[in-house]
Amino acid sequence: MSPADYGWLVLGFPLLGTLVLAFGWRWLGGRRAGWIGSASILASFISALGALQQLQDRPEEERHIESSLFDYADTVGVSVELGILVDPLSVLMMLVVSGVSFLIHLYSVAYMAGDRGYVRFFAYLNFFVFSMLLLVLAGNLVLLTVGWAFVGAASYLLISFWYRRETATQAGIKAFVMNVIGDVGLVVGAFLLFSGTESLDYAGVFEGAHLMKDGELTAACICLLVGAFAKSAQIPLHTWLPDAMEGPTPVSALIHAATMVTAGVYLIARTHPLFELAPTAADVAAIIGTLTLVVAATTALVVTDLKRVIAYSTMSQIGYMVLGVSAFAYGAGLFHLMTHAFFKALLFMGAGSVIAAMGGIQSLDRMGGFRRAMPFTFVTFTIGALALAGFPLLSGFFSKDEIIAFTLNRGGFYAVLGVIAYVAALITAFYAFRMVFRVFFGEPVEEARELKGGHLAHHDPANPMTGEPEDTDVGFPGPEHHIAEREWPMKAAMAPLALLSIVGGVMGIPGVTDTLEHFLEPAFEGSEHLGAHPSESDEHLGLAIGGVISLTGIAIAWALYLVRPTTTLRLRDYRLRAVHDFLAHKWYFDELYDVAFVRPAAACGRFGRTVIESVFVQDVIVGGSTAVVRAGSSLARGLQTGYLRSYAALLVTGLAGLALYFLITSS
Amino acid sequence: MDVVWFVVLSALIFAIGAAGVMTRRSPLVILLCTELMLNACNLALLAFARMHGSGDGQIFALIVMVVAACEVVIGLGLIVAIYRKRMAIDVDKLSELRG
Amino acid sequence: MLFEQILFFVAAIGVLAGALGVVLLRNPFYSVLSLIGHLVSLAILFLLLRSEFLAAAQIVVYAGAIMVLYLFVTAYVGGAAPTSWRGGEAGAVGQLGVIMAGALFVVISLAVLGSSLDALDTRGAELEPGFGSPGEIGQLLLKKFLIPFEAASFLLLVAAVCAVVLARRRRGLEEGGV
Repeated sequence: MSPADYGWLVLGFPLLGTLVLAFGWRWLGGRRAGWIGSASILASFISALGALQQLQDRPEEERHIESSLFDYADTVGVSVELGILVDPLSVLMMLVVSGVSFLIHLYSVAYMAGDRGYVRFFAYLNFFVFSMLLLVLAGNLVLLTVGWAFVGAASYLLISFWYRRETATQAGIKAFVMNVIGDVGLVVGAFLLFSGTESLDYAGVFEGAHLMKDGELTAACICLLVGAFAKSAQIPLHTWLPDAMEGPTPVSALIHAATMVTAGVYLIARTHPLFELAPTAADVAAIIGTLTLVVAATTALVVTDLKRVIAYSTMSQIGYMVLGVSAFAYGAGLFHLMTHAFFKALLFMGAGSVIAAMGGIQSLDRMGGFRRAMPFTFVTFTIGALALAGFPLLSGFFSKDEIIAFTLNRGGFYAVLGVIAYVAALITAFYAFRMVFRVFFGEPVEEARELKGGHLAHHDPANPMTGEPEDTDVGFPGPEHHIAEREWPMKAAMAPLALLSIVGGVMGIPGVTDTLEHFLEPAFEGSEHLGAHPSESDEHLGLAIGGVISLTGIAIAWALYLVRPTTTLRLRDYRLRAVHDFLAHKWYFDELYDVAFVRPAAACGRFGRTVIESVFVQDVIVGGSTAVVRAGSSLARGLQTGYLRSYAALLVTGLAGLALYFLITSS
Repeated sequence: MDVVWFVVLSALIFAIGAAGVMTRRSPLVILLCTELMLNACNLALLAFARMHGSGDGQIFALIVMVVAACEVVIGLGLIVAIYRKRMAIDVDKLSELRG
Repeated sequence: MLFEQILFFVAAIGVLAGALGVVLLRNPFYSVLSLIGHLVSLAILFLLLRSEFLAAAQIVVYAGAIMVLYLFVTAYVGGAAPTSWRGGEAGAVGQLGVIMAGALFVVISLAVLGSSLDALDTRGAELEPGFGSPGEIGQLLLKKFLIPFEAASFLLLVAAVCAVVLARRRRGLEEGGV
């Protein structure tokens, strides 16, 4: 079996899972749907391993296999096949997506039990995995767009999973609208590329790009970037990601940490020849990535909802990845993608467990002292936080600092970006441990004390953001809460991720292993930046600085939260009040968009309704045409008097008229 | 006599019959005026038959007579039915089919 | 020739008088009688046109059978007060009707008199012997015009059935049913 065959299997299993779950929901009671969903993703992961193995068996030059099912469109000038591309980049993405997805499915088997929409949840999750795999395996821009759009749809379905919750549906719409803006960018970019290169598959586009004019190519790349930023929640299309936390925690873990938001990074990496030919676009991407880094990290310092802190952290880390791939440090960027998937999914899983222990409450202000009541969750969450902060020798340490080393090495304004990235790393370490210390240390709150006594706290079901009371029927979360300590599927999912967060760095220790970079080389051959490696000593220096920064950040957090706990409150309320307000309002982006886009659109709608629809359409067009018809028909009705004599008179008149007419025309 | 006299006479009778249909209020008399018109047509047909010297026009006129007979039968049947139902024999009053 | 012309004018006066009588006389019974006179005069005109069979058919069928029908029905129905042709709900139409009919006459006359049919100004074509005789009519009916002949007889059948249906009394239905 060639790698391409394994590739088709990887796509086929989740699709099969979706169909089985979607059509067979009636017969899948209890947790059966969960096991079926997880099994299909496990099969997909095993096929991905098979593809990896097959790929590595081949010599390096041949690690670029295309395979197509059939001709999708073959008309004048346009030839598109339903084809996939299996090369090291797509195999890496496949493994990460299917592997992490499998663990999250396993987690959800226990976490979502008791929810009335259990089967629907797994059907949606499987559909999402299928779409994401389609996206990474696509061999041409058309199939990429198809996968892109499906992923957006799956995200919408899953964010508004608890559809009777109004905040959830609003968040789903917000996410979908912003994703559509990105879709438009992607499609316009594809159009521009097609018009310049007459081709839609990757090979043709990359070849033809050399002949395109600079301006055209830069415009196309910027359009692609719009798509990438919408999907990866970078500025300015980032406001949907925090709201997307309305979805169930496994959804946040899968879509908004490990996989979907990395699609933008994947896009830039995949279309790297274009960006190398249009360095302006790459510079724009790098700047936006760094900007997002900073904005998100600072916002994560002040938000009080646990899931939203992690969401902003995701935004920030993806900024790192975007910076990495647009600085042409592909290996580093994708390495960080992989490690981030591990520890971010782990953090979300831990957060889910904590929220369940709190009986559904997500606010950091109400949490504290869970260390002794939830030991497993505490350990795994802390491991995730250490990896996020870049604690020396953990996976995040190697991946994040490699990116920064690359950017510093490039010089020019990239060096400035690198320094900013280091500053943000300090903030990252700080807020990561802000979470840890506030949730697990300090005085145990009431829920923690109850749990220590062996009893899971229970509150009346309510919306975590607004406090509105709810019920537990379909469309709202189920009545049960599941914590990791009590459910073995959750433990079985979190443990491997914790392990990978610790040892995952092994794949990219500079100078020692560099496995990932060598693995990815065939996918990036032809790139002139492949050899632009910082020297080993530079890399080691970068690692050292990174380690020091992360330890400093953790130490500051220790000081502010454990040694003198009231310091942060005083800072918030007195000395840094203005700063805190600015950050707490998320840099006022939502307000800006409201004024700039939402209100004008609403005004247009109102105008349309009152002027165009009421007056013009209803009164003039519809009312006018009916009035004309009525007038005409009342004229015609006047003829139907019911009197025989008038009918006879009409007859004779007509006859005389006809006779006259024929008389005249024939003479 | 020239044929044209007969044709003009037939037009005159036809016009008188039409005037009668539009003017009178009793359905019986209206039917009589319809008969007038049919006879005028017969006269014209026969005049043209004489003009061509063929018998086709005469056959046509004969069939017209048959049709007139049928129409009279049905029309008079209607009038009898209306009379039996005690409705006025006045065309202006029988106007339920007004739009 | 002269005899023909005199006969034509006499018959024409009879025809017109009968027609005007039908339209103008108040009593429907008198109208029926006027029509009978009209029909007889018309028969004379038919004879002038050498259509002997049709003249006879006119007298026997039309003036004989159909007019008798009219007389019967008038006797049955027409006993009600005669209605004036003035007034009524559609009075205006009635007054306009005369003008309409006049217009019709003018137009048709113009058409006839102004037509380019030369033969109209003659007395007609040369006649073969037997023109208008029953034998000739019979030949035509059974050879050239067989289908119209059969259709006409079918039409008569339908009319007869229809008359029976219209005129029967239905027992068991309330007064409102026809």
